[in-house]
Amino acid sequence: MALVAMLCMVVAAPVAFAADEAAATIDTGDTAWVLISAALVFLMTPGLAFFYGGMVKSKNVLSTIMQSFFIVALITVEWVTIGYTMTFGTDINGFIGSLEKIGLAGVGLNVLANGTIPELAFVAFQCMFAVITPALITGAFAERMKFGAFVVFILLWAIFIYNPMAHWVWGGGFLATLGALDFAGGLVIHILSGVSGLTICLLLGKRHGYGKLPMLPHHLPMTVLGAALLWFGWFGFNAGSALGANALAANAFITTQAAAAAATLSWVFIEWMHNGKPTILGAVSGCIAGLVAITPAAGFVEPMPAVIIGFVGGIVCYAAVAVVKQKLGYDDALDAFGVHGIGGTWGAIATGLWATKSVNPAGADGLFYGSSDLLVAQMISIVVAYALAIVGSYVLFKLVSSFMQVRVDDSEEVAGLDIVEHGERGYAQAIMTGNSLGLSAEASAMAMQSSIALSSEPDMK
Amino acid sequence: MRKLTKIDIITRSNKLEELKEALNAIGVQGMTVSQVYGCGLQKGHKEVYRGREYAINLLPQVKVETVVCEVPVQTVLDTAQKVLKTGKVGDGKIFVFDLENAVRIRTGEAGDQAIMDEK
Repeated sequence: MALVAMLCMVVAAPVAFAADEAAATIDTGDTAWVLISAALVFLMTPGLAFFYGGMVKSKNVLSTIMQSFFIVALITVEWVTIGYTMTFGTDINGFIGSLEKIGLAGVGLNVLANGTIPELAFVAFQCMFAVITPALITGAFAERMKFGAFVVFILLWAIFIYNPMAHWVWGGGFLATLGALDFAGGLVIHILSGVSGLTICLLLGKRHGYGKLPMLPHHLPMTVLGAALLWFGWFGFNAGSALGANALAANAFITTQAAAAAATLSWVFIEWMHNGKPTILGAVSGCIAGLVAITPAAGFVEPMPAVIIGFVGGIVCYAAVAVVKQKLGYDDALDAFGVHGIGGTWGAIATGLWATKSVNPAGADGLFYGSSDLLVAQMISIVVAYALAIVGSYVLFKLVSSFMQVRVDDSEEVAGLDIVEHGERGYAQAIMTGNSLGLSAEASAMAMQSSIALSSEPDMK
Repeated sequence: MRKLTKIDIITRSNKLEELKEALNAIGVQGMTVSQVYGCGLQKGHKEVYRGREYAINLLPQVKVETVVCEVPVQTVLDTAQKVLKTGKVGDGKIFVFDLENAVRIRTGEAGDQAIMDEK
C-alpha cells in the first residue's frame, strides 16, 4: 500500500505542479459551474431519447432511443479526436480550425484562452453540444432509417457540417467576424439540425401509411419525462454558456425559464382555441419551442423580452407543425424542423431585435435598442445556416445512399425497427412462447437458421 | 328470427384500418377488435438479450370479430380476402360460425334485432 501511495505521489507531483501554475487564472466557482453545466447538457440527449421515444409507435421505441443514446458515444469519440480541433483550433481563413489540437494534443491542463476555466472543462461542455445537435435530427427520420446508414450519415454530418458551422460562429470564423450573435446555439444547433432534418425527411420519404394510418404517440408520459429532462438540462445549455458562475449566467438562467414558460402557455392556449382541447403533448412541445427560441438570445436579452420571445416562439412553432406541415405534407415525424428549425430561426431573429449591451457588454444592441446592424448580421447567418444544412445534408445523404441501403424495406417497416434492426423489444408480452437458445456461442447454428428464416420471409410480422 | 353468423378474421395488424373501411362499405358496422398473438406457418425471429438468444415464434396479429345477418356471409369473405391477401405467409385466417343467439343488453332485444343498428 505504501509503495502504491508513493508511486501515486511521484506520478501526481508534476500534475500538481502544473495545476499550481494554472491556478493563477482559474476561478474555482466558474470551473465548477461549467463542469456541472456540461453534465446538465449531457442529460439532455438521453432526455431527448425519451422525448422522441414516447412519440413513436411501440414497435420503434428502442430504435428511436438507441439513435440518441448511440450518438452520445459516437460523437464524444469524434469530438475528442477531431471535432474539437476542427471547431476551436487556430482559425484558418475564417473557415475551419486547424488540426493542431487533434486528439486534444497540447490542451493538457491549460487555462482556456480569455477564460477562467480549464480548457478541458470547455472541451467537455462543448462536447455535449456536439452530441445533442445530431441527436435532434433523428426526430425527422424516425421509424424508417436503417441503423448502419444512420451511423455513417451522422458521423459525416458531425464532421463536415456541425464542426465547420460551430467554428464559423464560435471558433472565430467568418460569422463571428460579421458580428452575428448566437449565445448558446440557435444557429449552430437548432437551425442546423432542424433544417438538416427537413432535408433528410424529404429525401427519405414518408413513413409507410403516412396520412392514412393513425400514427399516435405510444407513451406520452415518457415524452413528458423526456421534456422535463430537456428543460432541466437546458439550464446548463444556456446559463452554462456564460462560461462562468456570474450575473450573465443568472440572466441566461432566468430568460431560459421565462421563455420556456411563456411558450408553454402560448402553445397550450392556441391549441385550445384551435382544436378545442389543451393537451399535454402541446404543453411539452411548447416548452421545447420556447427553450429553442431563447437559446441564441439567452445571454443578450432582458427577462421581459424573453417572455415575448417564448410566447411568440410557441405560436410560430405550433403553426409550423399543426398547419404548415399538414398543408405541405412532408413527414417530419417528430417535428425536428417545426420546433428546432423554426424555433431556432425565430430566436436568431429575435436576438437581432432585443439584444442589449446592458445585459452583455460583449454583445450588441438590437433593432429595439437603436441599431439594425445586428439584425442584418443575424439574417445573413440564418441564410448561411440554412444553405449549409440543405446542401450539406443533401450531398451527404446522396453519398451514403450510393453505397448503403438508407431506408428499411416496407415489410421491415411494418414489422417495426426494434425487432428488425436490433432484435429486441421495448415491451415484452405477458404471454410469450418460443425457445431460449441459450448463450449465443452455444446456439449459433439455431441463430443462423432463424435469421435466415427472417430474411427469406421479409413480410413476416 | 333470421340466421346469425359470427365471423372471426385473424390477420396482420397493419391491415386493420383498410379492413375496417372495406367492411363498413358493405354494411358491416359493428365489430370487436383485439390484439392477439399466434403461430402458424410463420417462423418467428431471433431476439438477443445480453448474449442470451431466444427464438420468438409467437407473433402479433389482430382479431376482428363480427356478427352478420343481413349482409351475406360470402360478401364479407370476399371483401376481407380482397383486402387482406398479399400472397405471403402471415396473411391470416377467417373462421365462420353459426350463432345461436345474441342479446342487446341495454334493451333486452334478442336475435337479429340485437345486432341490427337502429335506424
